[in-house]
Amino acid sequence: MDALLELQNVETYYGPIMAIRGVSLKVFPQQIVSVLGANGAGKTTVLKTISGAMDPRKGSVRFGGDAITARDPDQVARLGIAHVPEGREVFPFLSVDENLRMGAFTRRDSGVRGDLDLVYDYFPSLAGQRKLAAGFLSGGQQQMLAIGRALMLRPKLMLLDEPSLGLSPRLVHEIAEIIQRLNTEQKVTMLLVEQNAKMALEISHFGYVMEVGRVVMQDSCERLKSATDIQEFYLGMKDEGVRGRRRWKVRKTWR
Amino acid sequence: MRFVLKTHYGQDVDLFKHSGQRFWYAALAIMVGLAPWIMDDFYLGELSLVFIYAIAGIGLMLLVGYTGLVSLGHAAFLAIGAYSHAYLLGHGVPFPVALAAATLFSAVIGAIVGLPALRMIGIYLAVATLAFAIIVEQVLSHWESVTGGYRGMPVPEAELFGLSLMGSQTFYYLCLALLVASLLAALNLLRGPTGRSFIAIRDSEISASSMGIHLARTKSRAFAISAGFTGLAGGLFAHKLGYLAPDAFTLLTSIQLLLMVVVGGLGSLHGVIFGAIFIGLLPQAIAFLRDTLPPAAAQIPGLEPGIFGLILVLFLIYEPLGIYGRWRKIRLFFDEFPLYRSATYRRQKSYLRTERVR
Repeated sequence: MDALLELQNVETYYGPIMAIRGVSLKVFPQQIVSVLGANGAGKTTVLKTISGAMDPRKGSVRFGGDAITARDPDQVARLGIAHVPEGREVFPFLSVDENLRMGAFTRRDSGVRGDLDLVYDYFPSLAGQRKLAAGFLSGGQQQMLAIGRALMLRPKLMLLDEPSLGLSPRLVHEIAEIIQRLNTEQKVTMLLVEQNAKMALEISHFGYVMEVGRVVMQDSCERLKSATDIQEFYLGMKDEGVRGRRRWKVRKTWR
Repeated sequence: MRFVLKTHYGQDVDLFKHSGQRFWYAALAIMVGLAPWIMDDFYLGELSLVFIYAIAGIGLMLLVGYTGLVSLGHAAFLAIGAYSHAYLLGHGVPFPVALAAATLFSAVIGAIVGLPALRMIGIYLAVATLAFAIIVEQVLSHWESVTGGYRGMPVPEAELFGLSLMGSQTFYYLCLALLVASLLAALNLLRGPTGRSFIAIRDSEISASSMGIHLARTKSRAFAISAGFTGLAGGLFAHKLGYLAPDAFTLLTSIQLLLMVVVGGLGSLHGVIFGAIFIGLLPQAIAFLRDTLPPAAAQIPGLEPGIFGLILVLFLIYEPLGIYGRWRKIRLFFDEFPLYRSATYRRQKSYLRTERVR
């Protein structure tokens, strides 16, 4: 099977600072792939490089066989990549309805109305607030709106940047469930960037772990979940020493 | 390649970071100090004008570049400074007192204008200050008993320590001294808590107020200080003009002042000086250029504003940080000479959060 999205040795800089140092990853159709890592690992930069918000200095990005390296973001969106940016970024002065219609900006087909109902179906809490300006929504609802807006593009690939950011555990669970449902029912391929490793590993098929700009681990999520490093660094499980305390003698890093 | 080893805490707030800076600033001081012996009176007058612009620019930079409040009405403060200075001189007040009073008066007016402006941000504030400038222009042209209305008002000759200010040398040194004093005042203001509170307000009002900064008071203070500097420049400008009339302080003057700080580079006092040189000398440079051009090209009407606008547009596109931004790049190149990384200032296609100055 061919990969839907393929990054090869991508290097992206902020001025002189190398934010990602040769990242290669693949996303296969109808998978959920998650990218894990600490702050400053370069996860968001990977997404921005894919969606064209930033240009890589080296490497290539291929989407469904086309090279989309350093294309403009609007062109990339037209090819069917929907980016849900970090921190939601809904249009605060447009109503919920208008926000969703903005998501379908590039579409000229007749299915937009049906998709609008579909989004309200997935996010019933938005359905009651159609005419409300998006700025008045709660954080959780704004995140739902951002995902719904991306869905309105009928994307082949959805890039989700920290959908759990700043949400209560219950809402995180809800969002995770919806992401999973969108994947199975609507066949949307997802690339998910997360700090919440537990949630991400729960719902995705394949995972990459990044640290200071490099991919340090990649495996299926079942195996990642059972890997001791992941358990220790991201899931908060500690191996206890003989004395019942955590041992710090061997501190493992990938650096 | 230079590495500054800090051995005492005072070095963190030193105006000059290392001996190289001391050397170059001293060289600059000697150069501008000797200028009257090198240049003839015309150029000296132009240079004085640049200094006056720079003083007004310091005021505007504190407001726009450091506090993040846009003003489209700074010509009004320039006018208030100029008129009150000339009025006081005309009533027999000695020069230093008149200038100080004009400065103070502008600052007070600035604080009063600042009060309603506290509730406005961005474009609304720009419109409000624009309205203020128009009101002042109207007052100047109709309050005939004080300002002389459209007929204007002569600026009385003044004396300082027995020297007439009509002499271009004396005036040059006066402007230079006041510019240096203003620069030092602004630098000291900015490295102290007041200046930091201005910057804090520019970058995040919410964080600033939660650190205990009184937003209304600080903004009004910024307005007052800014208006004070501009009023001081206005007082000197009055002597430069020689005859005050309302049409010297129009919207165009306000825009010119704003252009000065933007082209110079928002958020830096170097930028003010560069901007003042740009605004003050470029029209002259273009006029000279016109003389050397073939007659067919030189007679195009509107050549000066055209070239002026073109340079401005090119700057905004290729050097959003202004002339100071370019200067900093050049300086860094020499500072890190063999190790300069060419990608240091390479930009991504969208603005990053750190590049944004409101």
